Amino acid sequence: MNFSLAQGCQSAKVSVYSGSDTEFEIRDRQLDKLQQSSENQMVFYLYVDGRYGSFSTNRMEKNELSKFIANAVESVRFLAPDTYRQLPTPELYYKGGAPDLSLYDSEIDVLPPDEKLQLACDAANEILGTDERILSVQSSYSDGESFSYLVTSNGFEGESAVSYFSLMVSVSVKGEGESRPESFWYDQALSFDDLIKKGIGKVALERTLRKLGQKKASSGSYTMVVDNLNSVRLLSPVLSALSGSALQQKNSFLLDRKGQQVFSNKLTLIDDPHVSHGFGSRYFDNEGVATTKRYVFNKGVLETYFIDTYNALKMEVEPTISAPSHLILECGDRSMEEIIVSVERGILVTGFNGGNSNSSSGDFSFGIEGFLLENGKISQPVSEMNITGNMLRLWNQLSEIGNDPRSNSAYLIPSLRFDNVDFSGL
Amino acid sequence: MNCTEACLAHFGVGLEDLKKVLATALEKGGDYADLYFEHTFNNAVGLRDGEVNSTSSGIDFGVGVRVLSGDQTGYAYVENTTLDDMLKAARTAARIAQNAPSATVPSFVQKVYSKNYYSIQQSWEDISIKQRIPFVQKLNDSIFAKDERVNKVVVNLSDSSSHIFFVNSEGVMFYDYRPMVSLTANCVMFANGVYENGRAARSFRMGFEFLTDEIVETIAQEAVKETAIMYEAIKPKGGEMPVVLGAGGSGIFLHEAIGHAFEADFNRKGTSIFSDMLHQKICGDFINVVDDGTIPLNRGSVNIDDEGVDGQKTYIVRQGVLSSYLHDRISAKHFNTPSTGNGRRESFRQMPIPRMRATYMENGNASEADMIASVKNGVFVNSFTNGQVQIGAGDFTFFVKSGYLIENGKLTQPIKDINIIGNGPKALADMTMVADNYLMDNGTWTCGKDGQSCPVTCGMPSALIGKLTVGGLS
Repeated sequence: MNFSLAQGCQSAKVSVYSGSDTEFEIRDRQLDKLQQSSENQMVFYLYVDGRYGSFSTNRMEKNELSKFIANAVESVRFLAPDTYRQLPTPELYYKGGAPDLSLYDSEIDVLPPDEKLQLACDAANEILGTDERILSVQSSYSDGESFSYLVTSNGFEGESAVSYFSLMVSVSVKGEGESRPESFWYDQALSFDDLIKKGIGKVALERTLRKLGQKKASSGSYTMVVDNLNSVRLLSPVLSALSGSALQQKNSFLLDRKGQQVFSNKLTLIDDPHVSHGFGSRYFDNEGVATTKRYVFNKGVLETYFIDTYNALKMEVEPTISAPSHLILECGDRSMEEIIVSVERGILVTGFNGGNSNSSSGDFSFGIEGFLLENGKISQPVSEMNITGNMLRLWNQLSEIGNDPRSNSAYLIPSLRFDNVDFSGL
Repeated sequence: MNCTEACLAHFGVGLEDLKKVLATALEKGGDYADLYFEHTFNNAVGLRDGEVNSTSSGIDFGVGVRVLSGDQTGYAYVENTTLDDMLKAARTAARIAQNAPSATVPSFVQKVYSKNYYSIQQSWEDISIKQRIPFVQKLNDSIFAKDERVNKVVVNLSDSSSHIFFVNSEGVMFYDYRPMVSLTANCVMFANGVYENGRAARSFRMGFEFLTDEIVETIAQEAVKETAIMYEAIKPKGGEMPVVLGAGGSGIFLHEAIGHAFEADFNRKGTSIFSDMLHQKICGDFINVVDDGTIPLNRGSVNIDDEGVDGQKTYIVRQGVLSSYLHDRISAKHFNTPSTGNGRRESFRQMPIPRMRATYMENGNASEADMIASVKNGVFVNSFTNGQVQIGAGDFTFFVKSGYLIENGKLTQPIKDINIIGNGPKALADMTMVADNYLMDNGTWTCGKDGQSCPVTCGMPSALIGKLTVGGLS
C-alpha cells in the first residue's frame, strides 16, 4: 500500500487472500479423485488523481509486484476522473475489539487424511448394495481454510479466518426407460465436530428414490410449497434488486420503494452479521465498513438497501453495507409437513432447474420438480414444469412461513407457502 | 517461439526439471501424468454513466500436476515454478496410486499445429488502455444516439491472453497462446414510467483487431433492439406447445438438451440418460449435430485441448444416430476410442474434464417460413440468457429473453421472460423440421460444470420441435 502511495496514488486499499482446500471423491467403492490446492492472491484498489482501478496478481515476488503496481498506476491515469470513487469515511470502519466469531477450527491442520477418506467411504457404504435400483453412488469429503487481510490508506486494518468442512453423497438410480434420476444430500459446517457424519447417504438415497415415476402435472394455478433447501432461490432476485449498483443504474424492481410496504406483512428478514459460529458472520465488509444488525424487511416494509460507498455517493444517500452477511427470515410455527396437511391442491417444489428473472420488472420463470399435493397429502412426483410470475406479486402471496431453516447456510430461509402460483405443464 | 524457449521464458523451467517432476508424479505407479503451466494476463475497461472510468487487470500464474491411475485422478497445483514446490505438488498428486514407480518418461516431442485457429494480428499485451478507451466510449454514445428512451448504459471490454505450456509422461509437449476478448453492453430504457433493460455482447478469440466500428455498431443496434422489444412483449399462456427455435442462439437447446448428456464422463459412469444409446438412432436422419474446436477465431475453439489432444470437429449426431460422446483421456481409454479433444480445464487449478466447444446443428432442407406457417398455436424463440440440465432424468431448460407468439401460422405478439423445459431424448425425437439458415451465436457463452467455467459457443439453423413445456400464465 505504501509503495502504491509513493507511486502517486492519493489513496489505496490492498487485500491479501490465502487459502487451501482438500477433496476426496469416492465413486462406487473406489477413490475417484483426490485434490489438494493452496493459493494466494493480492488485490490493489488504486485512487490516482481522481481516477480508479483495481488490480490482482498471484505473483508475490517484490520486483514483480513493484513493476505491476507502477504499471497499474500509469494505466489508471488514462481514465476519466470519477469523483465518486473514494474510500469510506473512517468513522464507518470496524474498530476491532469484538469477541471472536468462532469461524475457524484449527482441527483442520491436524486431521489425518485417512480419517477424511474414511468419512467419504462410510457415507457411501451406508447405502451401497442396499437397493438393486442403484446405478452409482458418489460421495465426497472436502475441507478448506481461507485467510484474508485488508488495509486502507485512511486507517483500516483487519483480518479474518474461516474454515469449512463438508460431506456430500449423490446417487443415481434406474428409472423408467433410459431415465436415471439423480439426487444428493450433504452437510457443511464451520467446525469438524459440527459436521454431520452419519445418515447423509441414507437421505440421499431416499431423495433419489422418491423421484421415481416423475410426471408432468396439468398447467394451472396452484398453492406452492417450497422446501428449505430451495426457498432461498426465490429470495435471490429480491436481494439483487436491493443492491446499490442495480439501484443506481435504475435496474431494480425495488427502485424508490424504501420505507414502503412492498411484501406480505408476514415477511421479516434480518441481517444479523455477528452470530457466533454462523455462516457468513463478519465484523466488516469488503470495504472495511463495520457490519451491524439490520432489518431488511420488517413485516413486509422495505427498510434496507445494500449500498456501498461508491453508489451511496452517486445516489446522494447514506451508505449502508455493501452486501448482506447472515440472513434470518423470521420463522412461523409449523413444520413443512404440517403446512402440507393444510394444502388442498398444490405442488411441493423440491428442486429448481434453470430459469431466470428480469431485474427491471421482477418477472421470473423457473423450471421445477417436486410433488403434487392433494387433500393434504403428497400424491405424485412431478417434473418438467415451470413456474412463472412476478417477484412483487409472489411475495405478497406468501401465506405461511415454516419453522425449519437449515442451519448450515449463510441465509437461513425456512420452507415457504405461496398462494395462486402459475405452473405450466400439460 | 518454440516450446522449450516459451517454457524457459515464461516459467523459468528447463526440460530436465520437467522430467524430474513427472517421474516424481509417477513414483507411486500411476499410468500417466501431466504438467499444465499457465501464465494469464487479463484486462477490463468499464464505462458507467457516460465515462470510461474504471479499469481492472490481473495476472494469474501456476502449474497443475495430474496423475492418472486407471479412472482415478490425483491433482495438486502450485503458484510458482520452483523445483521444490513442483515436486511437492507431484508427490501429493501421486498418492492416487498405490504401486511401485512407473516406467521412465520418454523424450519430449513438440506438437506442431497443422492450423492455428486463433492466429491474431495484434496481441492485447501490446495494447495500452488508451487504445481501448475510444471503442468503449463509442459503444455508449451509439446506444444513446439510437433511441431517446435510453436512460443508462454500462459497457465492459475484457480481454485475456494465456500462455499455456504442457508436457506429459508420454512425451507430448505443446505451447499454445490463447487470446480472448468480450465486449458487452447493458442498456436501460425509461418510457411511460416503466424501466426495461437489455443486453448485447460479442466474444471471439481475437486480438486488438476485434475492435472495429462495425462490431461496435452491431452491438449497439442489438442492445437497443433487445431493450425496446421488452415494451411490446407479453407473457404467453403456459403449457405444452410447438416451439420454433430461431437460428443462432437457439444452439443453447443443443448444449443443454444433449450436449452435456453426451459428455463421456457421465456416460462412462452410467449417470447420463444417453449412457446406453451410443450408435442408436435417436432422432430424424436429417439431423446432424457437431461439437467443433476448429472454427477460426471462435470463442469455443481449441488448437489443442488441455491434455495435449488436437482440436478437432466431432460429429455427436450423424444422420439421426448418436455417433460419438465427447471424450477426455480417461473416458477415451474406458470406451477404447481415440480422445475427441474435449479435455478442458478452467485454469491450472483444475483437472480437465469433458467440456463442449462450439456446439451446433448443420443445415437441413426445410424453410423457416414453412415451419412457422405449420404452427397453429406456439412460440418462436430467438433470444436467450441461460440454461441448465439434469443429465440423468434428461430434463433440460433454457430461459427465453424474447421471442414471438405464433398464432395461426403467423408471428404475432412479442413474448418475454419465460422458461422452457423439456426432456432431451423426447425433444430431439420431436424435432420434425430443420431449416437451411444456420447461424453461429458469438455471444459470451460460459458453461459451468463441477465448479469449473469454460468458454463455449453454440449455433443452430431454425428448427421445429413438436412439443415443449413453455412457461407462462395459466
